[in-house]
Amino acid sequence: MSRKTMVGGATIVTALALWYLATSVTQMISPGRFPSPADTWDAFRQITGAGYANGLLLDHVLRSVMLVSFGFLVAVCTGVPLGLWMGWSRRAEALINPVFLIIRPIPPLAWIPLAILWLGLGDAAKILVIWFAAFVPSVINAYTGVRNLDRTLVEAARMLGTPLLTFVREVLLPGASPMIFTGLRLSLQASWTTLVAAELVGAMTGLGRVLNAAQQDLYPGMILVGMIAVTLCGWLMTAALGMAERRALSWNIATQARD
Amino acid sequence: MRILCATNSLLLGLIGFSAFLGIWALLSISGLVPSLFLPSPLAVVERFIYLLDHRFAGGTLLDHLWASMLRFAGGFGLAVAVGVPLGLLMGWFRLLDDIVTPLFDAVRFIAPIAWVPFAALWFGTGIGGPIMIIFAGAFPPCLINAYRGAKFADPRLIEAARMLGTPDRRVITEVLLPSAVPSIIAGLRISAGLGWQSLVGAELIVASTGIGYMMVQGQGNVSTTTVMAGMIGIGIIGLIIDVVLRQAENAILRRRGLSA
Repeated sequence: MSRKTMVGGATIVTALALWYLATSVTQMISPGRFPSPADTWDAFRQITGAGYANGLLLDHVLRSVMLVSFGFLVAVCTGVPLGLWMGWSRRAEALINPVFLIIRPIPPLAWIPLAILWLGLGDAAKILVIWFAAFVPSVINAYTGVRNLDRTLVEAARMLGTPLLTFVREVLLPGASPMIFTGLRLSLQASWTTLVAAELVGAMTGLGRVLNAAQQDLYPGMILVGMIAVTLCGWLMTAALGMAERRALSWNIATQARD
Repeated sequence: MRILCATNSLLLGLIGFSAFLGIWALLSISGLVPSLFLPSPLAVVERFIYLLDHRFAGGTLLDHLWASMLRFAGGFGLAVAVGVPLGLLMGWFRLLDDIVTPLFDAVRFIAPIAWVPFAALWFGTGIGGPIMIIFAGAFPPCLINAYRGAKFADPRLIEAARMLGTPDRRVITEVLLPSAVPSIIAGLRISAGLGWQSLVGAELIVASTGIGYMMVQGQGNVSTTTVMAGMIGIGIIGLIIDVVLRQAENAILRRRGLSA
């Protein structure tokens, strides 16, 4: 075991021990401010057994993950082609870019009130907000990917008279895909944050709803359970995307060298 | 990939822009979408100007923007003041690096917005809670970029300094810090963007002043123009923050002869 993992492990153990000591033994931190390990475990048992805020933990997780996946997929399917097109055609870029420049500085979270006004507190408003959050990074990175294509390859393919569809499949997409995946990762993270925020503002089920209810009930144990669930789900989805990226880009030497 | 001449691309840009505004205006003026939900661009601009000197939800648009910017300055300043020195020290002292990194990695994955309930519980919904959420958003890039900047400092410079008997403290302030500055500035820009985003989120959920609060009130009163005016305000301030930091970045890079 390397020195690094030993020190790291010792730190984590010390932090957990300090948590237990400060909340349970010495009561230095009052249970109304931060939960003890036992409180957290009780809250976890409650939400998985009896349910909390209109559902079991699994219901909330599934609802949130489903909404994010759906909004993310819609954004990717619209954003990546638009970005590729803007990267390829200077005319399309000149036409669309000004609109983009106006929309881009508005943070995705700022669309939440408008989405609620338009579509209410249901799923449709959340998907709209996730779409706004994930769309911009998808477009920008697909666009950059095309712009950074190797010119020699592009010109060689064109000189040899490659038909458009083959060209897109064999040169454009593979060449731009490392950048596209970077964009997808940013999109996914933005989607997840935005969904949690939208659910905090108003929702019937979902992890943001759990956090909101726990905040109103002054229930620190449940707040911590909700935060851990939000973090784990976000992390797992990013990891799944990373696996897809490695599979899709296994031919790419740069990615292999990075791993 | 043909290169378009400048006037052509300007013309196309104008066409795209006016098509966007035109479709928007047509949808709302023709009554295809009720103007309650989609007010015309002109109505939004009028509302924006009206709000500049009329009170809504406890203050004018400028009051709300000012409250938001104070919070932002607090949270962002705190993140820079803690994140940058800590990052540099981690780049210098291996032990500190090994201790902080696992804790930091565990906390970094928590979305800033997920801190909202604890922030409200610990620091209230006035100034403290939102500042903590901005801090949660702005802190990681500050630390990571200062750390990377310190790690990539030229080892020859460090070794030369040490050989000449420079004490640790001076190596950090006079070798590590200057060579990390480009990376730190890049980090500050990311950090300011994330901090501004987190601020908007925090104000939508917990706050009783600020631009986000104004938008939530506008939503509650079904005043779409107010919500859209708020979005314009947020966009403008976000843009100003980014431009200021970009200018600072360019000025620093130019002074060091590093600009492209």
